[in-house]
This record gives sequence, structure tokens and C-alpha cells, in this order.
Amino acid sequence: MNETENNLGKIIRIAGPVVRAVGLENVRLYDVVRVGELGLVGEVIRLSEGLTTIQVYEDTSGICVGEPVRSTGLPLVVQLGPGLLEQVYDGLQRPLKILAEGSGEFIQRGVYASPLPEDKRWHFTPRVSVGEVVGAGDILGVVPESRTIEHRIMVPPHQRGRVVSIRAGEFNVNETVAVIGSENEAGVEAEITLVQRWPVRQPRPCQTRLAPREPLLTGTRIIDAFFPVAKGGSAIIPGGFGTGKTVTEHSLARWADADVVVYVGCGERGNEMTEVLEEFPKLEDPRTGAPLMERTVLIANTSNMPVAAREASIYTGITIAEYYRDMGYDVLMLADSTSRWGEALREISGRLEEMPGEEGYPAYLAARLAEFYERSGRVICLGNHGNSDTQGRMGSVSVVGAVSPPGGDFSEPVTQNSMRVASTFWALDYDLSRRRHFPAINWTSSYSLYNFRDWFEREVATDWDELSHEAMALLQREVELLEIVQLVGPDALAEPERAVLAVARMLREDFLQQSAYRDVDRYCSIQKAYWMLKTIMDFYHHTQAALESKIPLERVTALPVVSDIARMKEFQADAAEKEIRAIMDRVQFSFADLGVA
Amino acid sequence: MLKTMPLPRLFTTEYRTLSQIRGPLIFVERIADVAYNEIVEIIAPDGDVRIGQVLEVDKQRCMVRIFLGTSGLDLERTRIRFTGDVARLGVSLSMLGRVLNGSGQPIDGGPPIIPERSLDINGLPINPSMRTHPSEFIQTGVSAIDGLNTLTRGQKLPIFSGAGLPANELAAQIASHARVVGGNKTGESEGEGSEPFAVVFAAIGITQRETSFFMDQFRASDAMDRTVLFVNRADDPSIERLLTPRAALTVAEYLAFTHHRHVLIILTDMTNYCEALREIAAASEEVPGRRGYPGYMYSDLASLYERSGRIHGNPGSVTQLVILTMPDDDITHPIPDLTGYITEGQIVLSRDLHRKGISPPIDVLPSLSRLMNEGIGTGKTRADHRSVADQLYALYAEGRDLRRLVAIIGEAALSSEDRRVLNFARRFEEIFIGQGVVNREIVETLDQAWELLSPMPVELLKRIPKEFTEQYHKHKT
Repeated sequence: MNETENNLGKIIRIAGPVVRAVGLENVRLYDVVRVGELGLVGEVIRLSEGLTTIQVYEDTSGICVGEPVRSTGLPLVVQLGPGLLEQVYDGLQRPLKILAEGSGEFIQRGVYASPLPEDKRWHFTPRVSVGEVVGAGDILGVVPESRTIEHRIMVPPHQRGRVVSIRAGEFNVNETVAVIGSENEAGVEAEITLVQRWPVRQPRPCQTRLAPREPLLTGTRIIDAFFPVAKGGSAIIPGGFGTGKTVTEHSLARWADADVVVYVGCGERGNEMTEVLEEFPKLEDPRTGAPLMERTVLIANTSNMPVAAREASIYTGITIAEYYRDMGYDVLMLADSTSRWGEALREISGRLEEMPGEEGYPAYLAARLAEFYERSGRVICLGNHGNSDTQGRMGSVSVVGAVSPPGGDFSEPVTQNSMRVASTFWALDYDLSRRRHFPAINWTSSYSLYNFRDWFEREVATDWDELSHEAMALLQREVELLEIVQLVGPDALAEPERAVLAVARMLREDFLQQSAYRDVDRYCSIQKAYWMLKTIMDFYHHTQAALESKIPLERVTALPVVSDIARMKEFQADAAEKEIRAIMDRVQFSFADLGVA
Repeated sequence: MLKTMPLPRLFTTEYRTLSQIRGPLIFVERIADVAYNEIVEIIAPDGDVRIGQVLEVDKQRCMVRIFLGTSGLDLERTRIRFTGDVARLGVSLSMLGRVLNGSGQPIDGGPPIIPERSLDINGLPINPSMRTHPSEFIQTGVSAIDGLNTLTRGQKLPIFSGAGLPANELAAQIASHARVVGGNKTGESEGEGSEPFAVVFAAIGITQRETSFFMDQFRASDAMDRTVLFVNRADDPSIERLLTPRAALTVAEYLAFTHHRHVLIILTDMTNYCEALREIAAASEEVPGRRGYPGYMYSDLASLYERSGRIHGNPGSVTQLVILTMPDDDITHPIPDLTGYITEGQIVLSRDLHRKGISPPIDVLPSLSRLMNEGIGTGKTRADHRSVADQLYALYAEGRDLRRLVAIIGEAALSSEDRRVLNFARRFEEIFIGQGVVNREIVETLDQAWELLSPMPVELLKRIPKEFTEQYHKHKT
């Protein structure tokens, strides 16, 4: 944060994270100020005659009335440039590892460090030459940031002109790599470094927003097969505690088919962030073979860190996500949990003595949530120079937000308002989690508004859509039948209905259940998922035929091939198709032995 | 003891400008240079000195909460002294073996504590990048915990209890048997082998009976000289309860991260803490959240619970065992609900099991340990642990469902397979969970599990890979 001291104010009131000051003349709403002798970071959230209200991103204990407030004249910005990947930031983009080197194991107040490593030198290769005219978003050159991510240095939004100079070589983030002069040669020249600064509350511009067209494959069977989320789409995962929100988000962060993952731990447990930090460098991205950490940016604002910074962490995360989108990457942003963000809004609103809306949340909760989820999307990026195409680069930001409804009750405001804007809804269910059915995504209440029929038929199999619809219908039918069983007992059901129960159970246990902890099962390719689903549905069709030939259901469920189906998960990805096809053949033979054609 | 640091100011001013006394709050007028969260001393007309804290401050006046009650104060003669410092506790290794009151003053008749350090009782958040993921298995000797909801060093695990359920007995049992398995197996009944171990116990608004129970337990297990007790009893001022867990955690962190102890901290009963929080929020006329509890209760509880864990390069650890009473056994009540969102799992006690005489009455279905996977498996417990636990859960859940069905249609209508599951569920409760006060080694726990699983045909044990059923399953069908 570049500090230009405009003017000085004085604190007149302190209540928790909300501070009022007088004497700040030229501040604008959302300008960053430094509060007190310690210089705590705060943001202006209300202005009235002579009176400035500030939310402070650090603990205000010990700050006195009368201490100074300095304005920086800048809004809350993030620094965007090479070195973001593999970093762990707090909600204000302070690099936690570097803070730890300076101030120890505990986070002290008023400390600051540059978000991007300043001494590291990057190899910059120009992609344009002197004299060329460039516009906003055009790629000036590239820097290899990690094994898989080529960091594209772009002309910042709102700038254009003719390249006056540009040079290749080793640079740190603050050195000038290019100079752009105004096109009519008369204007001022702009020096371009490897870093851009962008205000977090403002969405980064793009050329055109596009409709989502393909799914973001996650490696989680129930999601990919029944409730897919789009590249550039948005999804929410609401669930009470212990239903597996964080495990699901971690699974997505690990295995989702994205180039870059931004993981925001917003008001959650410190130990969970540690798990990511310790595990990701060791895990391999199934698509590239590089360690997962090399595509990940972590933002950790744990539950015991200051409340106001929790609110900022979401914006910091999405801005970083948009920046990589602008380079032409598919980015996944995960927020765990948006409820804590909502609660931070509520707490600040309460301190401001605003009129509360539903359950004490401010009336603007819905608007803030909508603004946030709408920053997801698939876009044509600014700029003309792409890698391959002439009509511009495409990039996407997909957003998945966990929601922690009090008491697991989805009727509360954060869940309801998020449901209105997110297009995919993965409802986590207490009941499923208590019987250790994981992922505990309830298949009757979850939904996805995306339809990727064409994509799946083209990329996976022509009968994909049919299969997944039939399987889902079977699961729905099971719910109805189980209600009857609850009332009158299983004897009341006819054989074909009992067959539905048997196969639905197979679907639940052998397809939907997926262990996030077993190496062989935690990531399931879409092809493997397809063959698993096809085998089970194949079994069902044979069962129907058997029942028509008056073969009792007991003989069908006693077939040894049933336990083969239960072991389908355990096949390694590369051998899965072959092995599962062998099981399908065995299904065929088994039923032939029973006398079914 | 709660004390104040040497004053950073050259002089102190005493104020006599009280304008209001309202419940636990007082308002002081015409003040200067008062800091937010600053500790104040209130000198009552009879000379009694009490401690308070600034909750809100503006140019003219400030609002102060009094930890030890406002009775006996008046507007004219009561004097207020601002200390210029936040709440601090003098901590020392010599606190081990001592009994302190809820704000940290000795009440055991012993000498005053000479502090080695004076620490802010609010602590500072641990830098997430400096944490080490908890992964050392703590054996509690309780099968329902070790087998199904494993505790690890540095974890925070609450026990959700109900009025009249034996949460304290369970906590005492865990405190006296807990030890780390693997590496050092010298097998003392309490403590963690030869590694330095300490217990910090914070009684928050509990009765004399409960307090004596814990003290007797600690004495009986010779653990007293490794224990620091903080006692705020039910009849002590309720606002003091806001200090007690913070003071206890400050000592726990000090013992763990400065003196490299493995500290188990027991906080009981957090429901009383939350009541005190609600009382102060109501008195200061804040906008109430769910059931009148303040909207920031999540952050407030997190500022306590997150003070556990392990730090890179530091051999010490803080493990939290939090006890709370669910009002009306309602797990969706804000206190257990918010706690469950912060802690790494929960152990839920069940009135049904308690009535059936099953002890400890742990309902394993809603119970959970989030850090279990890190602490179990080859080299820690046993390779089959994860899958055995999953299988026990799945079968027990199925058995519980069948019980409901049996209530409607009778047991005779069940298939033989279902009857086997039903029988499993019964034996699981009686034998596996209902172990009484026996201390079970983890291997005994797992063997017990296989004993229960063995009447089931192998095909039904879908959660267990073949290699383990071949090794451990006794009656192959």
C-alpha cells in the first residue's frame, strides 16, 4: 500500500472494530486509513459531516481516543504479479510466512510486509516489440511462474499506447520492463512493472461475458454425474457442522480441473489451513503431475483473526482469481465459509447501529452476496494478443462458496440469498453424514441449473445423459418406496420395487459414496465414473429382465458379481475401464447362467 | 493473578464521574485518553478494589464492565482509576499444583505467585502458516473415542452434554488415562509417558459438588502437582466467567509454548460462559442475535477455541477438551451449534443411552473427530482402523434405522440379515460403547470391534478392504 499522507485525523470513539474519527478532510468512501500510533489498517465505511467511520482490520485493544488517523488516499488494493502462487496470505494480502519470519509464531498488530517477494528475480520474455500499439489486457511478455503456469504480463486495464521500450531479462517485481507512450506521441509515458495494483471491491473488466459451456470436472462422482458446476459458474455448499463442507472444498481444491485455485479460509479453523499447507506440496495435480501447491493461492483469515479482515478476504481472493482469469486461465475460487463473511457484515452493521434486517443481518446482505457471486463467469479477456486465437483469450472464474447455516437450517438468510444467485446447489445432509455416507450431498434437494448434455455426449459417451437421468430417477423412486416401507414394512413391496431398492442401494454405496481419504478413490475420472454408472444400470436392466422371466430377486442379489460391483471404486484410474468392463461381462454371464437372455 | 503492568503514563488520574450503574456496567464521564479494552480499577466506597474493562469509549464518556459485580457501588464516592493497559495475567511454572480463582488469584491458602512473565490474557492469533497439523494419536482408553472419534494432540474437542449426563466423569476419565501411544510406551496409567505433561482445568460457573469431584479425581491420580486449577463457582460473579477461560488459556499457552509441556486444558462448562456473554451484551443494549446471544458470539468463542494446536519447531502442545451443556438437549441451540462450527469435531452424550445404563453414554452417530484420519493407521494405531470405524458406523446407523422399523412392524417381519444387524447394534452399544470405567488399549478396542463384526458375513462388510477381512474376520461364511 503506497502511502501518501494527505491529512491527519483524530479518534473520537472506539467500539470493537468500529472507530470514528474527526479531522479527515479529503477521504473517500473505502479509502484505507492507518489507525492509532500502531498504524492499524482500516477502511472508511461511512462519511458524514466531518465525521469518518472506519472499520479496523486488526484488534483495537489499547487504542486511545485522541490517537491519530492517517489517510493513505488509496482504496484497499491487492498487488497482482508473479509470486502469488504458493503464497499464504491473510485477508489483507499480508504474506503470512514472511510475517512469521519477522514477528514469530503469533500475528502481531500493525505489521506489514510486501505481498510479493521483492528480491526474487523473474525471467521476462517480451511478446511485443518497440513501436507496436498495445491496448488494455494485451500481453507484453511472459514470466514462468511455476511449472504449469506461465504468468502473462498484461497492459493494465484503462491503459493503451505505443511501446516505447521493452527488454528481456531478469527483473524483480518492482523494476520497469516496458514503457508505453501515448499513441499520439505527445502524452505522458507509463512505466510497466511486473505488478499491477487493483482495488479489491471493483470487479476487473473484461471484453465480453459468455455463457458457461462446459463443466468443471471435480473428480467427485456425485457432482460430476448429477450436479455439475460450470467453468465460470457458481455453486454453494450449505451444511451444518460435521457434514463435510471443508472436506468437499478441499477435494475440489485438490482435484478440480482448473489451472489456478484460490482457496479462501474465511473465519474457519487454523488447523484446516495447515492441512492444506502441509499436504498440497506433496500431492500431484492429476492433469499436470506438478505439485498442487504450484497452482494454489491460499488466503487464511482464521476464526480468531480480526473480524473485519474476514470481509476483506473474500474480495482479496476473488480479485486474485480474476487476475489469472484475465491471463486466459480457468480459475476456481473456493470460499470457506461465506457465512462467516455474512456474520462479519452483521457485526460491523450492528456496531454502526444500522437498522437490522432478517436475523440481525444488514439489509444489503443479499446485494453483497449477489455482487460477489456475479464476479464468477466465463469471459473473453481484454486484449488481442492471445496464444492461439484471434478473437481473444478466454478465461473463467468459478466460485464455490461453503455456507454454514446455524443449526443446519437452510431457511436462514445467508443460505437463502446465496441460493438465489448461485446456479448449483449441493445440499449437505446431517442424516447422511451421521451414517458416514460421504460426500453427504443430498441427491433429492441438490440441483444444478447447468445442462451439459452436448458436452458429455461429445466428450464422455453418447448415453451419458440418459444414464445419469435414469440413475437419478431410480434414487428418487427409492425415497418414495422407503416411505412406504417405513409405514407398512418391506413385505408390502412387490419384487420389481424391491429390485429398485436393491439397485438404489448399490448406487448409493458403490457409486455415490466416495472416500476423500483413500488414495485410490478420492479422485475419480469422468471416464471411470461413466463405466461405474453404466455397470450398475446394466445390472439393473438385467435384473428387470430376470424378474420378467420369473426369477426370484433373492437369486439375483445373491450373485457373486454383486460384490465385484462393490469393489469397482478400488481400481486404479488407468486400469479402471478395462477392469470395470470385465465386471460388465461378468454381469452378462451371471444373468445368462440364471437363464436371462 | 490478574494484575496490571507498570503504568505507561507518568501519572494516573482518578475519576469520580460515574453517571450510571446498570447491571454489570458503569458509565464514566468527562474522561481523557482512555483506551479501548483497557483495564480499570474501581474503588468502592468501602475501599474494596474491583477490576473492570472498557467496552466502548468516546470523547466524553466510556462504558466499563465490572467483572466482580457492581453491588455496593454508588455514583458519588466510587473512584475509577484507568490503568492504561489491557488485561494481563502473571504466569509462572510454579502455578502447577495451585488452585486459583476465576481471575487468577490463589485461593488455596498458599503463597502468592511470583510471575515470570505478564501476558495479555486475550493472547494473539497463531499465524496459520506456523501451525503444525495435529497428527499424534492420544489414547484416552475410551473405545467410542479412540476407535471412532480419535483425539489428537493439539486438537480441540468438545463434549456436548445435557443436564444430568456424566460429562464431568468422562472428562476426568480422559484426563487421567490420556497418553500418547507410539514411540514411548512405558505405560503409566496417567500422563503421557515420560514427556512433560500438564493439565489446566478451568471451572466456569460450576457447582461446589462438581468442583470437589474434579479436585478429588486429580488428587486420586496424583496429577495434582501437574495441574493448574481455575475455579469460578456458580455463586461467583457471572461476569468473571469471561475472564476465567482466557486466564486459563494464557497459562496453558505459556506452559506449552514457553516450557514445552503437552497441556490438556479442560474448560467446563462453556454454557455458563455464553450466558455471561449474553448478560453483558443485553446490559449494553446490543442488537441480539439468535436466542438473545450476541451476534459476535462465534468470533468470541473462536478467540478461545482457536488457542489450541501445535507450532512448528516447538515441542509443546495445547489440546482442548471443552464441556458444554446443551440446553434442553438441543444440538441446534446456538451454544453447541457455534461451538461445533469452530471445534474439530464433537463428542455427543445421549440421554437414551444413559437411561439404558450404558456408560459412558456416547452417541457415536452425531459424534465426530475431524482430525481422526491424521492420527490413525499404520504406525499410529493399526492399518485397519479407518475402515473398521467406517464399517461400525454404517452398521450401527443401519441398526438404529431398523429399530424404528421394528417398533412399527415387529421383529418377526425382518429378514435374517436385518436381524443380524439389529443384534449387532445392541451388542455394539452394550459392549463397545458401554465399557464402564475400564481403560482399553487401542488394540483391545479394535479387537473388540472385530469381535462384534465377525458374526456378519464378509460380503456385508463393504467398507473394509479384503486384506483386512482376511486377516481379522473370524467366522468366514
